[in-house]
Amino acid sequence: MSISEIRAKFPILDTKVYGKSLVYLDNAASAQRPVSVVRRWEQLVNSENANIHRAVHKLAADATEAYEQARDCVRDFINAASREEIVFTSGATASINLVAFSFGEAFIKPGDEVIVSVAEHHSNIVPWQMLCQRKNAVLKVLDIRENGELAIDELEKLISQRTKIVAISHISNVLGLVNPVQEIVRFCHSKNVPVLVDGAQGIVHETVDVQALDCDFYAFSGHKIYAATGTGVLYGKKRWLDQMPPYMGGGEMIHSVSFAGTTYAPLPGKFEAGTQNFNAVPTLIPAIEFVKACRSSQEVEEEQAKILDYVYTKLTNDNRVTLYGVPRGNKVPLFSFAVKGVHHEDLALILDKMGIATRSGQMCAEPLMDRLGVTGLLRISFAPYNTLDEARYFIECLHKAIGMLL
Amino acid sequence: MTLEDKKQEIIEDFAIYDEWLDKYEYLIELGKSLEPFPEEKKTDDHLIKGCQSRVWLDAEKKDGRLWFKADSDAIITKGIISLLISVYSGRTPEEIAADDFGFVAEIGLKENLSPTRANGLVSMIDTIKKIAENG
Ligand SMILES: Cc1ncc(COP(=O)(O)O)c(C=O)c1O
Repeated sequence: MSISEIRAKFPILDTKVYGKSLVYLDNAASAQRPVSVVRRWEQLVNSENANIHRAVHKLAADATEAYEQARDCVRDFINAASREEIVFTSGATASINLVAFSFGEAFIKPGDEVIVSVAEHHSNIVPWQMLCQRKNAVLKVLDIRENGELAIDELEKLISQRTKIVAISHISNVLGLVNPVQEIVRFCHSKNVPVLVDGAQGIVHETVDVQALDCDFYAFSGHKIYAATGTGVLYGKKRWLDQMPPYMGGGEMIHSVSFAGTTYAPLPGKFEAGTQNFNAVPTLIPAIEFVKACRSSQEVEEEQAKILDYVYTKLTNDNRVTLYGVPRGNKVPLFSFAVKGVHHEDLALILDKMGIATRSGQMCAEPLMDRLGVTGLLRISFAPYNTLDEARYFIECLHKAIGMLL
Repeated sequence: MTLEDKKQEIIEDFAIYDEWLDKYEYLIELGKSLEPFPEEKKTDDHLIKGCQSRVWLDAEKKDGRLWFKADSDAIITKGIISLLISVYSGRTPEEIAADDFGFVAEIGLKENLSPTRANGLVSMIDTIKKIAENG
């Protein structure tokens, strides 16, 4: 697949904003949807709309099949051992909350410890804080080094007999560095501590094999990999999911209900209470097909490498710019930076008027901003439909914007 | 100049710019020339919530009129603040309280600034109004 073929699949890329061609560089917040996803979504609403897992009629059977096919597709995509280990949620946040609650109910006692890193998204901090408050447990924080890498050597000091789970991102949504999750998992397992990987950004940039990684949980959202919004995945090892109580009750998550007591459905139904997002979940299939097609395209790979190289070089050679997340070897095309003497929001506003969509602010990572000593940053993040020309245009506009502001 | 005349003047100033970047250049210049805000007043009491960027506002009443001073860490916001101050500073509380602040939308600032920014602007206007209503 060529980049021009890819771009043709995204009508939104032809949008004009303020008379300028849209350059969408906020992919880490949410990606755009290809026509294959939109068509499938439409088809599901127009021709296969019925509640799943319930009625015997034809539409319900079709809708159920579409939904369950998505589960098989996701299982294959991340190489989970079984389809029971794939739980559909509304997104990465919901997946992490589910684990924080249900794992917490089963395994966390007063005085126990949970470890997260300082570079986590709020979605991988707040659920654990809530758990720790509820259970009188302790939240411990793994620091980063000056270059933005996780200080994994400190994990050894941080982890203790009381540590019950470690929750860490695969790729930080601010730093754009691939964390050594395999190493972290191996180390934590040597101490009998399970690991949740927040894969919201990792799934976008890396080929994920949960069995090879050996993580205990892996969470991600559909909307960042081109699927419909409101879709999400929680992968969990069966032996954990089996021991965890349900997160929510109601709907089809039961085996039998009576006032004397309720028994729960087997996995994964136990964790899918209430009417599921059956119009959207099957769009994960065309979305994953798209991701795979991009990953097997040499043109995309080369263009992404050129973009990474170009932007990295431009930003690190500009002495007005401070890039956060520096190590070149682990970098994905996601850059957060500050410009000396210039507010990130001013830059974002001016770039917007030049047609460029960027992200500014704390990026849902306030503790990381505090750690870096900034009030916010400007972030650009690239997807396979972005081109080197767009990266060049961005750098040109950035220089113009800085010129206007200084 | 009356409040109405001052607003009209700003609307006319903005009308010459049909390019967004020129509007911003103008706001940036206004922001840069805003009278300095006393550092010791950059406290939470003076901080306006709802902005992605931070805004501080201080009001003083002298001879029955309200005088505003404000600051922001972002320059475009500072430009907008400067506009608001030039319109409302030195007016009586009654005049300000009776105003509908519609000119902000008329120069396109409310719609076209980012939603978080527009909210910040709205919060700033609300604060000015509240100060005026409390006399
Ligand atoms: C690293 C990371 N974790 C978690 C999330 C939360 O994802 P969602 O809002 O889709 O639940 C995001 C999304 O911004 C993210 O980048």
